[in-house]
Amino acid sequence: MTTATHETLVPFDDVLAAYDPALGLEVHVELNTASKMFCGCPTGFGAEPNTQVCPTCLGLPGAMPVVNAKAVESAIRIGLALNCEIAEWCRFARKNYFYPDMPKNFQTSQYDEPICFEGWMDVAVPTEDGGVETFRVEIERAHMEEDTGKSLHVGGATGRIHGADHSLVDYNRAGIPLIEIVTKPIVGAGARAPEVARAYVAQLRDLIVALGVSDARMDQGSIRADVNLSLSPAGSGTLGTRTETKNVNSLRSVERAVRYEMSRHAGVLQAGRPVLQETRHWHEDTGVTTSGREKSDAEDYRYFPEPDLVPVAPARAWVEELRATLPENPTVRRARLQEEWGFSELEMRDTIGAGALDVIEQTIAVGTSPQAARKWWLGELARRANEDGVDVTALAVTPADVARVQALVDEGTLNDKLARQVFDGLLAGEGNADEVVAARGLAIVSDEGALSTAVDNAIAANPDVAAKIRDGKVAAAGALIGAVMKEMRGQADAGRVRELVLEKLQ
Amino acid sequence: MSAADTDGLVRRSAADLADALAAGETTSVELTQAHLDRIAAVDGAVHAFLHVDAAGALEQAAAADERRRTGSPASALDGVPVAVKDVLTTEGLPTTCGSRVLEGWIPPYDATVVRKLREAGLPILGKTNMDEFAMGSSTEHSAYGPTHNPWDLDRIPGGSGGGSAAAVAAFEAPLAIGTDTGGSIRQPGAVTGTVGMKPTYGGVSRYGLVALANSLDQAGPVTRTVLDSALLHELIGGHDRRDSTSIDQPLPNLVDAARRGAAGDLSGLRVGVVTELAGDGWQRGVMARFQESVELLVAAGAEVVEVSCPSFVHALATYYLILPAEASSNLAKFDAMRYGLRVWPEGRPDASAEEVMRASRDAGFGDEVKRRIILGTYALSSGYYDAYYGQAQKVRTLIARDFDAAFARADVLVSPTAPTTAFRLGEKLDDPMAMYLNDLATIPANLAGVPGISVPSGLADEDGLPTGFQVLAPALADDRCYRVGAALEAALLQRWGGPLLDRAPELSTNGATR
Repeated sequence: MTTATHETLVPFDDVLAAYDPALGLEVHVELNTASKMFCGCPTGFGAEPNTQVCPTCLGLPGAMPVVNAKAVESAIRIGLALNCEIAEWCRFARKNYFYPDMPKNFQTSQYDEPICFEGWMDVAVPTEDGGVETFRVEIERAHMEEDTGKSLHVGGATGRIHGADHSLVDYNRAGIPLIEIVTKPIVGAGARAPEVARAYVAQLRDLIVALGVSDARMDQGSIRADVNLSLSPAGSGTLGTRTETKNVNSLRSVERAVRYEMSRHAGVLQAGRPVLQETRHWHEDTGVTTSGREKSDAEDYRYFPEPDLVPVAPARAWVEELRATLPENPTVRRARLQEEWGFSELEMRDTIGAGALDVIEQTIAVGTSPQAARKWWLGELARRANEDGVDVTALAVTPADVARVQALVDEGTLNDKLARQVFDGLLAGEGNADEVVAARGLAIVSDEGALSTAVDNAIAANPDVAAKIRDGKVAAAGALIGAVMKEMRGQADAGRVRELVLEKLQ
Repeated sequence: MSAADTDGLVRRSAADLADALAAGETTSVELTQAHLDRIAAVDGAVHAFLHVDAAGALEQAAAADERRRTGSPASALDGVPVAVKDVLTTEGLPTTCGSRVLEGWIPPYDATVVRKLREAGLPILGKTNMDEFAMGSSTEHSAYGPTHNPWDLDRIPGGSGGGSAAAVAAFEAPLAIGTDTGGSIRQPGAVTGTVGMKPTYGGVSRYGLVALANSLDQAGPVTRTVLDSALLHELIGGHDRRDSTSIDQPLPNLVDAARRGAAGDLSGLRVGVVTELAGDGWQRGVMARFQESVELLVAAGAEVVEVSCPSFVHALATYYLILPAEASSNLAKFDAMRYGLRVWPEGRPDASAEEVMRASRDAGFGDEVKRRIILGTYALSSGYYDAYYGQAQKVRTLIARDFDAAFARADVLVSPTAPTTAFRLGEKLDDPMAMYLNDLATIPANLAGVPGISVPSGLADEDGLPTGFQVLAPALADDRCYRVGAALEAALLQRWGGPLLDRAPELSTNGATR
């Protein structure tokens, strides 16, 4: 299948002159429960095909589902974190349609009785001036369902079913618990719609990570976003016909897909044609969407309550217990920490971008100043991590190590240069900070006699510099300090050296 | 052992056989072989079995004998053979549900009921015939040919579990497992002169029962005596964590209830005769035997009240919306992709998956199955759901309320099990409505989830064929079915001077197919 497109695209700014965009996001989160939604099969990623299956998830005749209580718990925690109501009583339903990767040819899902409904999330979208603008995204529902198997089309050009010789199906994924989170239409974002979409998904992912209920890896498909978009005439207050762009699997793509669909819809509308209600495929490589199946005569899934399962009725006391275990909302936490630490918006963005929020918080918690913690984690340590191609949190340096190094600096035992050598030792696995200092003999020499002799030697060796300083050119002291530090092999407190030089020459 | 002795063995009840095994008078291998011999002799004519597992049954029998020898039987019925309806999965044994679509499928797992049978040491003789996917009241809709009623081989054995009932009636098995969605245990019991019990919904695990209609299906015992049913029921019943709809409560003591009932004292018991489940249009001989049975209960001390359940008149219509709806979805999994029959469209080696699905389903399903898939798909369709499936669920609630009201006035409800005796093979095959009417009296219990037993009540004067008496009890009060059933059985045995099945014609034992 070619991804070439004959669409007429309207420049983004022109779209906004004529139309208001409405967004809708459907995000599927694959839970990280040990077993599947309705059976005891393991859920690990990357196992040999069809090795994590049983009669239930293969849909064999006679097999029956049993609800995974842990998945219900995760669903409720997600719902609570999204400020949703939690149903007192809800059921699973069958969504009937035929597809080879659906073992039963119906998906056990929830239909008109979702476990979580009517919530919201405040989405913080960064602005150009370094601030943030907040959009409230209303959550329609979050419901439980099972994943399908995975089809692999062999022999075709692009792994698509068209032109393939044959297809293989891996049912390891069949029955993995999913939570589908659906927003209400997001209107009023205007030109910021693409960024709002991206920020929503990013913030939702952070929330899922904080809850610990999913691996939250978009690249592995454990978070998948479907992007709905429609345009309506500017100021009309109506909703236009929407398209649903499926499986947009990176944050950048979410933003690009919205932007593309806005331009494409505008092109269709301006040509006087109707937008088709359809599913569209996103092409990461070319940055365009192409038509999938048409949905204009809405598919009839013949939903009805799953008769093999009993209703899910989470006790209110349990829901409150779960509410009490919720971690702080990542967005709220970010704002709180930024305030407490006195970081600028940019510093905060860098901190989060580097994935260093937790380690900096932990470093500060053991007594390091926010700026010092940030300096080490985003400076020296980020550089080392970058060299090794790993996350900063993957380095063999703990927040306690960083705090100890900074404490040694603060008490004058180390200077920054020596501190960097301590990190060398820590990364080489030579023990804790104090052990590295001792083993490598890195402590600053605080023996005043040795220091004084070294200063005297430097003055004697650089009479012209000494003369300048005597004449009041204090700035020249640097050269003498450098000479002293060289003689002391760096193990001197530069501040004290400076004091001694000036004492002796003034 | 002489042929006469073998004949004696197969005619004995399961309880008797268990006693004989316990006393060392016979062995499980001997009596299993006797039943296999009987199957070889008569099943060509009866066609109760789709698959006989002689080697497996004898192996299990030998193991049972070993346990008996060492004084550690696995259960009271250890070593007594059993037949299983082909709708329950059996690891290593074919399971077809009477359908071509499952031809060749060997399940990799046992249904919970089957696992319990194996754990209790009952050798499994084989799998019994049934209407395709349990859709029917005559076993004529089996893709593998009909089962014949041992009372008259030209007549139907009831359905869908005609195979299990006929196997027990023809002395091919002392015990069998059936499943009952709208009467498939009880109606075959009535027309073959055997006992059939549909337990409370959730009382016996459905795990491994290939679903017809999940909210109605229930597995249960098919036997020749009420006590045997109680023994088998206690063995297969109980909570199963693999079936979310199974009830997490201990079963009432059923065997005890059957023994108490057989003692014949029903003093203080209130028996409700349901107005809507008898009367005009019911066969005269069926009604006559029913009235006599009620009188016998009165003679045993019971008090009779007449109760009305007005919503029962809608039961059949409700049933034929809910059942096809659930079935249409259940049967979607038979798509030739993973197991069973796969048919390629003629001359189309390059057919798509969808085309193969269509061709396989067209070839694999019979007409009755297709009829119900279409009905169910329609009833669930957008725009029709509320009018059909939604409305049917509401009527279902009304039927359950009728039961509640009736059980406030009576401890058990009684009716004839089926409106007629066994009809002739082919007689109603072209008239689905006439076929559906057979289940008029049995369907309400499935819709409400309450237990019901059918006990032989005699032979209709006009055709000399068996009639059944149905006892319904509130949910979880299965013991009442056994108490009343056993009391009636005891009274009738006294009147008849022996089991009703002794009056059935001798089957030719030359093993020839009719």
